[in-house]
Amino acid sequence: MDALNAIVALANFVLVPAIAYGSQLALGALGVTLIYGILRFSNFAHGDTMAFGTMVTVLATWGLQAMGVSLGPLPTALLALPVGILGCMALVLVTDRAVYRFYRAQKAKPVILVIVSIGVMFIMNGLVRFIIGPGDQRFADGERFIVSARTFKDMTGLEEGLAIKTTQGITVITAVIVVALLFWFLNRTRSGKSMRAYSDNEDLALLSGINPDRVVMITWLIVAALATVAGVLYGLDKSFKPFTYFQLLLPIFASAIVGGLGNPIGAIAGGFVIAFSEVTITYAWKKVLGYALPESLEPEGLVQLLSTDYKFAVSFVILLIVLLFRPTGLFRGKAV
Amino acid sequence: MAEAFLIGENMTGGYGKSGPDILHDCTVAVEPGEIAVIVGPNGAGKSTAMKAVFGMLSLRRGAVRLDGEDITALSPQERVRKGMGFVPQNQNIFASMSVEENLEMGAFIREDDIGETMEQVYDLFPILRDKRRQAAGELSGGQRQQVAVGRALMTKPKVLMLDEPTAGVSPIVMDELFDRIIEIARTGLPVLMVEQNARQALAIADKGYVLVQGANAHTGTGKELLADPDVRRSFLGG
Repeated sequence: MDALNAIVALANFVLVPAIAYGSQLALGALGVTLIYGILRFSNFAHGDTMAFGTMVTVLATWGLQAMGVSLGPLPTALLALPVGILGCMALVLVTDRAVYRFYRAQKAKPVILVIVSIGVMFIMNGLVRFIIGPGDQRFADGERFIVSARTFKDMTGLEEGLAIKTTQGITVITAVIVVALLFWFLNRTRSGKSMRAYSDNEDLALLSGINPDRVVMITWLIVAALATVAGVLYGLDKSFKPFTYFQLLLPIFASAIVGGLGNPIGAIAGGFVIAFSEVTITYAWKKVLGYALPESLEPEGLVQLLSTDYKFAVSFVILLIVLLFRPTGLFRGKAV
Repeated sequence: MAEAFLIGENMTGGYGKSGPDILHDCTVAVEPGEIAVIVGPNGAGKSTAMKAVFGMLSLRRGAVRLDGEDITALSPQERVRKGMGFVPQNQNIFASMSVEENLEMGAFIREDDIGETMEQVYDLFPILRDKRRQAAGELSGGQRQQVAVGRALMTKPKVLMLDEPTAGVSPIVMDELFDRIIEIARTGLPVLMVEQNARQALAIADKGYVLVQGANAHTGTGKELLADPDVRRSFLGG
């Protein structure tokens, strides 16, 4: 029984949250990695792009809720998601036209584009706070749990409960669908292949008649969709606060770089590596170890390696280790 | 004499807007069914001459005509659409994509069915058919060059231009590549190429251009040039 309890406690506090968080990071990192692969710069505005898309979704959700529309047990935000994606697409296309296109025409160095994207980040950041305010917004509704801890205990008779939040379930399912769609697009369609070709060898892509403007536009559209989905899933799971999204930039970049910048599979793997490390290192293992170890070895302290305040430090240490020993990331992306 | 199918005539120019001239009154041309080879010592402007024909540098004087049409002002991309296939010397494949995807991307500008052309490329380079699902970057040097040439053939070009196709491959692979190039030329497709391996290249050339310091030094059939004591002494090594 103790072994089972240990496993259930582990699943409840580590596996389930880390899988959900990992999916959110993976979606975010996919956006960063696509921009890096096609537009060849690290987009520091990505976190705030996510915030903008999420904000539009939140506003649309409130609108729907005011009209009395709901999805029953599912969050209304899923209905509002397309609106958010369209809003975010409009934002990135306007930004690209107003800002990035100028620097592309100058053939600006990547480092200049990075600085430019930091400027864009501040503007988006201000825009979001101006519209929705800097505070915490909750917009999740519908059924809260797929399986609640109490039901699980009643069902199994175990001491430990396993809770799976609706938002966690939705996160994983949506992430799987989005990733499948993305890979289908990149590997099976002409436009997707032309994106990969452009990322692989820009000059040869031009010689093959691939239109760079079109590739760039499609990339921004996909990135806007990915960013909004990632942002909304994160917001549903936790809550929406502009500053949190700015902070998310750190683990997202760590995921993209750990996996190998420019490599979509790497971005997904990196997202889970970072999420699992963050959660396992900041989790207090007392309970799980209490079940798993014989009574004499039961730990007295919390067995928490790092306080959750330091969770970002975890991303950075992993980032450092990977960059030291495998500079192109786990899945051999481009050198940073 | 009627004008050649593709001709870069009296080309003078260099890189950038104000760069020094590298080509001086240089002329290269190729006829259907022919292989024309540009050879010369290092730094003679061989690759530059080919890039000039393809529009990768702006000419101060001279003209490029394809099938009688003046294309001097067109960009390389526009020249591809006019029917010029170009295989650069370096980075001439999409290394992370499969062989088949490389060929598909080569045919990106075509709207019609590319299946037939792809079959022709596979018939020409049978090894590529076996490796079509493999990433092009994992292939050997000679196979990569086959992918590069195959990619250029996918547009159904009217003329094929190769910049040092045998750079960095072994002598056996080089002979094999030359055989394939002869085969391509026999189908009527004019081939213009730059080559380091002058002796072997001139042996298969219908026409050869020896460039020295960006200017035409000797012109003739491959055999004539190989027999020319001047050419032999100055850079074929006796």
